[in-house]
Amino acid sequence: MHEVTFLCPKDLQDAVRLYRTTPGCRPLAGGTDLMVMLHARTLRPQPRAVLDIWSLAELKGVRRHSGMLEIGAAESYTGIIRSREAHRHVPALVAAARTIGAAQIQNRGTLGGNLANASPAGDTLPILLAYDAVVVTDRRSIPIDQFFTGYRKTALQPDELITAVRFPQGRDVVFRKVGTRAAQAISKVMMAVSRKPARIAIGSVAEVPLRARGAEAALERGDVDGAIAAVADDIRPIDDVRSTADYRRTVTQNVLRELLSVG
Amino acid sequence: MRFTLNGRTVSLDVVGTRRLLDALREDLHLTGTKEGCGEGECGACSVLIDGEVVDSCLIAVGQVEGREVTTVEGLADGGRLTALQQAFIEHGAAQCGICTPGMLLAAHVLVQQSRQLTADDVREGLAGNLCRCTGYTKIIDAVLSCTK
Repeated sequence: MHEVTFLCPKDLQDAVRLYRTTPGCRPLAGGTDLMVMLHARTLRPQPRAVLDIWSLAELKGVRRHSGMLEIGAAESYTGIIRSREAHRHVPALVAAARTIGAAQIQNRGTLGGNLANASPAGDTLPILLAYDAVVVTDRRSIPIDQFFTGYRKTALQPDELITAVRFPQGRDVVFRKVGTRAAQAISKVMMAVSRKPARIAIGSVAEVPLRARGAEAALERGDVDGAIAAVADDIRPIDDVRSTADYRRTVTQNVLRELLSVG
Repeated sequence: MRFTLNGRTVSLDVVGTRRLLDALREDLHLTGTKEGCGEGECGACSVLIDGEVVDSCLIAVGQVEGREVTTVEGLADGGRLTALQQAFIEHGAAQCGICTPGMLLAAHVLVQQSRQLTADDVREGLAGNLCRCTGYTKIIDAVLSCTK
């Protein structure tokens, strides 16, 4: 049984070079997903090396960047929760970060990791979709609605590293997470909504974090009842260990009704 | 690789992808840190890195190079327990004991961060540490007794 090599780049440039030149390499940030899979040897293909990007200064911090708010790909949820800029410009992201896991996970979990892992249940992902976030990599910017291409599949090239996430300012997003327990629970349904422009983004109801396009079109026309009806056809929920498809469909409609009655 | 463990510099010659949990228990023989789920759900393996609570099953040991790690063995000063440890004893906040080291470290951060805590603050702060024995009430009482 071979051991997985641990690569420790000195800066982002070094990390990008190592990632491009090391076959079978996986980036490691806070480890909340990857370390579990690495230890259980459930990653396919098994990585031959991991690239530790957790400490890279270029991937940390919350700042303004050309009219947008930029959050480093390896900034922790705790860092986002503590950021005044994040509170001011992306309050729904801050509130959602506070519901992820508990202190131990918030201290290590990152937006870059949530994106790269691309779980349909990734809790920040509907929030990012509702904000029309932009995924910044070592070579380009990817609009979030083009990022998720299939079950745990992304638009990233095999040697492409996420460096930051950018958010447009001045958007009102509300969200609701439904799970078994407030902390440490994987969501059964996670929804984030923006009224203007109409964005209805939902996690755990399809093979990818989803934009409910039919419901959004109805909401754009001001047809709230139409949106609630349409959302049931937008989603593709399944029965699994956490919930059933029927439950998820009903709860999705109820949560959308609730979120649209708030604002 | 080198890091500071409970105030002393340690050096290890192991692959960097080894879990910090395994390095602590098997290489450094500090078995106070417990393995529960191994998936970051239960908090039994909680330790502090640079004063922040983390699950040591989710940390690659290479990631603590140059950092300061505190385990439950590092809380007491010689034989002298911290006020929090003493409060756990006095309130009967430990039963089987598996969650206790992680619970103490998560609670240690809470009482260090803020002197004024409500029961809800403590519940939220300890939400990543599962206990199957106590029902949490005595743990919360013990932590609150250190914040007044």
